[in-house]
Formats: sequence, structure tokens, C-alpha cells
Amino acid sequence: MSELAPPRADLGSNGDGPVLEVSGLRKEFGDLVAVDGVSFTVPQARSLAIVGESGSGKTTIARMIVGLERPTAGTITACGRDRSSPARSARARRRRGSEVQIVFQDPYTSLDPRQTAEATIDEVLRLHHGWPRERRRARMDELADLVGLDERQARALPRALSGGQRQRVAIARALAAEPRLLILDESVAALDVSIQAQVLNLLADIRDSTGVSYVLISHDLAVVRQLTDDAIVLHRGVVVEHGPTAQVLDSPQHAYTKRLRASVPRPGWKPRRGALLGAGEEPATP
Amino acid sequence: MNVVPEARSMNTVPAGAGQAAATVPSAEPLLEVDGLTVRLRVEGAQRSVLRDVSISVSAGEAVGLVGESGSGKSMTARAIDRLLPRGAEVSGQIRYDGVDVMTLSGAALRGYRNQVAMIFQDPRAHVNPVRRIGDFMTEALRTNLDVPAAEANRRAADMLDQVGIADGERRLRQYPHELSGGMLQRVTIATALLTEPKLLLADEPTTALDVTTQAEVMAILDDLRREFGLAMLFITHDLELAAAICDRTAVMYAGQIVEVRESALLHDDPLHPYTAALSAARPDIAQTATRLAAIPGRPLSAFEAPDSECAFAPRCPHAQDICRAENPELIGLDGGLSRCARAIELRGRLLLEPAEGGQADV
Repeated sequence: MSELAPPRADLGSNGDGPVLEVSGLRKEFGDLVAVDGVSFTVPQARSLAIVGESGSGKTTIARMIVGLERPTAGTITACGRDRSSPARSARARRRRGSEVQIVFQDPYTSLDPRQTAEATIDEVLRLHHGWPRERRRARMDELADLVGLDERQARALPRALSGGQRQRVAIARALAAEPRLLILDESVAALDVSIQAQVLNLLADIRDSTGVSYVLISHDLAVVRQLTDDAIVLHRGVVVEHGPTAQVLDSPQHAYTKRLRASVPRPGWKPRRGALLGAGEEPATP
Repeated sequence: MNVVPEARSMNTVPAGAGQAAATVPSAEPLLEVDGLTVRLRVEGAQRSVLRDVSISVSAGEAVGLVGESGSGKSMTARAIDRLLPRGAEVSGQIRYDGVDVMTLSGAALRGYRNQVAMIFQDPRAHVNPVRRIGDFMTEALRTNLDVPAAEANRRAADMLDQVGIADGERRLRQYPHELSGGMLQRVTIATALLTEPKLLLADEPTTALDVTTQAEVMAILDDLRREFGLAMLFITHDLELAAAICDRTAVMYAGQIVEVRESALLHDDPLHPYTAALSAARPDIAQTATRLAAIPGRPLSAFEAPDSECAFAPRCPHAQDICRAENPELIGLDGGLSRCARAIELRGRLLLEPAEGGQADV
């Protein structure tokens, strides 16, 4: 397995500061407050889990971090640079792309169906690094090797790839920009168990070899345990619990975290009605 | 669930499987799939996507069907509901309530589908986004059972209440995009139950949902199943979920059933190396593993699997020459079934030595 390039030195003023700082983040959609006063910090080479249910605002936070949504209030600072408002130029946008990348949940819709895996990765290499063809080729081979795509798969269109293979393409595409922070928005949720284990091991390897930080958005608490150091629990846009992942999962303090923990199937588990419903949904029984 | 023919012929009545025995009813099973083999056109050639699948579900019984993508679990459900693509060659038998399902057509087939309802993984892909919830929910009632629209609407609203959605009248006027995924899945469950089916084919119904919503939906399914005496074939990739919900679970790999086991025993006492490897590959909520015991390679699709050897052998840490010599038969063992040439030899050791040359990653 090839090594990714080490973290670059030219990363702005605070190479040693946190990779991501989010403070007082708020997002309103009309009357709905999707995210309310969320603050957290991701130190270098550490990983944070954002845990919560549908409508808790976790994906909205991810979208604000990568610039797909504009915060109503609050600040987002990545690699020491503010990204609370939209990038003003293509160059600024590109720079943001080299700091934070995202891998979405659904490998079936997050890839261009007309673009081969190679072309997908090559586009990012060209855009972000402007390297000549030879160098891009070499880097692409490294990336394909890193995520475990063989030559045939690299030349294939997404429709010829399995879900796990597509997700590898999406991860390789994100890594091509050599980001300091990778947001994994339910990125392993759709994968088969045996493939999920491979991808989780892969993500751990990548973190070890590149020092990249992860923000893992997941409803799967076992995956959260495996990959992250810290966790925040979101409920209806508000952080209800925040701490080291092991502590949050082993001795949850907030009622909602306890309920989350209790919802995980395990030997002897019997699901009960009247568990928690999604934000904005009426409870089954008042 | 009853056992497949090979095991029957081996005459292995489980000792110490009292709980399993309690779930095996004396009466004829409601659904009986026997030696089902399905061939489909894949990549330009006719290939097997299911190989000799035998499974049965009795009235009121919940049977799990666990496997990774391409293992044939959804294909099994589709074959049962006669939803196979055109050009599919089917051999073997599917009997529902004694009737040969493969011969049904027209009104008889529609009647059968009212009896055997199906819910899918992604509710959003199975509703028409430009039609209202009420329209979607009552279609089968109105067109198949000639229920008047007002009555159909009333029943739909009642059923929404049953699945924990209040204010049904208003929901019926809404469009799918106005509902969350968990809510929409409850709508599809309610819809499936409207025709008063006897058997529910649930194809990963909670996979796309959050854990708390999953718990809610599973609880609803479990409650309604008991209330209506529904039998269920529950398809999932989640061993623990199957264990929690189902009486018995069948594990599929590459278009074949490789293990059948009382659900409660599946996780801690598997009979087949694949089941053991699946359990070991899952991260543990209680601790961080230095390295997950990933199964090397990728799950084989049925159509890629060789007929002449064990399909799991290339990924199996226990594989030996015997495993590559022939495709093993399903044999009875300790009240379950295992399609492993070394099953007896490896009995009880599968979870103790998972890494015997395996544990490669990526």
C-alpha cells in the first residue's frame, strides 16, 4: 500500500491549530431551526463523530462546513481560515476544497454516471494540483492502490461497480485533493459488513499515514466507536452530549443518548414502540 | 422454519433445540420454497442467480434471511412475490398455502400478492413522488379488492394510526417528499398491511433508517406481526437485527443458503465460517478493535460463483483442498444446517480462531 503525501506545510497561519473550529453555528430554514448553537473543535489527526437521527441537523452541519449551505449565524474556521460565508473566487473555492473534502452516503448518486473512476479522480488532481499527465497518472495509481481499486475497476463507469467499489472511488476522489479534514457523511452505512470492515480499516490506515482528521456523521454507534476519538450527540439541532467517544457510549448522560444506545440491536434486544421519532414528527402516543 | 431436503434426508432431528422445535409447527408451512434455482441474463449470458434455495415459513413465524449484496436474498423474495425480471428461468418449487405460485396469473396472481405483501428498503424509490400518500396507499384496495374510495381512505387512516402516524387524514393528502424516510417507511408498512396479508416479505425495511427509527419500525412490525398473526420473511444484512426479530435465520452467500440456525445462536455459535466471519467483521459498540477482522476480497455474486467448489473458499480462513474439490452439501448439525465441508471438524472453533491465515484487509 502506498503512502499518501505527508500533510503539507503551506497550510496557512496555524499549522498546529485545530483543523476545524465551529462556534455558535445556527441554520434556519424558514421557521425551522435545523442547527442551533452548535460548537465543536476537531484537533489535528483526531476524529469527531456527529451522532444523531434524521432531522437532527448533522448533515446540515456537514453541508455548511463544505459550503453547500450558508450558516444563519456562527462561525466555521477550517485550517485557521474562516469559511462562514461563500468563497468569493474560484481560487478561494479551490483552496477550501484542498482543506476539507466530503464523502457522501450514497455511492450511487454521488458519482457522475458518465465518468470513469479514473476520470473522476483525475479531474480533482488536475484542478487542485495542476500536475502534468504523467504525475497525475502516478498519483492516481497510488490512490487506486490505497483504496483498493484494481485496474479494471479504475477504468469502469460507476454502473459497472458495486456499492463498496463506488464508495472507494468517492474516497479516492476526496483524498485526491489532499484535504486536512475529511467529512464522512454516513459513508460506510450503505456498505456490506465485510466491505465496511475493509473500508473502516482503510480509513484508519489513511489517518495513520496522512494525519487527516475525520468528521464522521453516522447513526451506527459501533462504527462511531471504531473510528472516532470524540463524539457529539445532536438532537433537533442542539448538541445534547459531548465527550470522548468511549465515555459517551459507555456511560451516556443525556436521556436521548441513552435512548440511542438502547436502540442498537444486540442479543436479547426487543424493540419497543414509543421510542424516539424524527424531528418534526409527532410521537405515536402523546 | 423447516429444513431443506438434504437435511431432511439426513434425518437430523435437533437435540437440545427446544426453542427451535417450538417454532416449527406441525401443520403445513404457509410458504414452501423447494430447490429454487433462478437463471437470469447477466452480462450477456444466462447465469444462475439463485442455486437450490429451500426455505419455508409457517403461519405467524418470522424467518430471517441474512447476506451481503449479491447473495440472492432479495432475489429470493422477488421470486417468491413473482417479481422476477422477464426472461428469468426458474426451476424448483414455490408453494403458498399448497398452491404452486409459479402457475398463477391475472386475478389469481393479484390475489396472491394481496396475501403476500412486500416492503422494500428504500420507501422513496417505491412510491410515486407526484401522487399523494392516500392515492398510493389505497390503490390495491380500490383496484384489486373493489373497496370504495371513501372506505379505502378510512382504512388507510386507521392503519396509519396503527403504525404510529397520527393525523392520518392529513397525511393521506400529503406528498411523499413531505415525509421523512422513517415516516415514509411506516407508510409503506401500513400500505402493505391494508390488504390483510398473511405473509410479509420485508426486504431490508429499516436499513435506510436511523437506529431509533429502526427500533420504532421494528417494534411496529413485531407488534403488528403478532397482532395480525403475520408470517414474515425478514431480509437484512444485520445479523444482530435478524437475531433480535426472527425465530430462525438463514444465511446466504453467492446465491445459496450456507447456514440455517436458530436466531439466538447465530451470533455466538455459528456453524459456517462465513457466518462467523460476518460476526467478527462487525465493529463492536463496546470497544475499539485495533483492526477489524475484515473478510478479504469481496462478496461473490451468485452468478460468479463456481459450481465445483465452495463459493466462500477463496475468502475463508479455514479453506483446505477439500473445500475446492466440490461444492459442499447443506448438512444438519446441532439443530441447524451448514454448507461447509469442514463443518463438523470446525464445530465450536469458528469464533475462537478466526484469523487462521485470514484477516487480510482491502
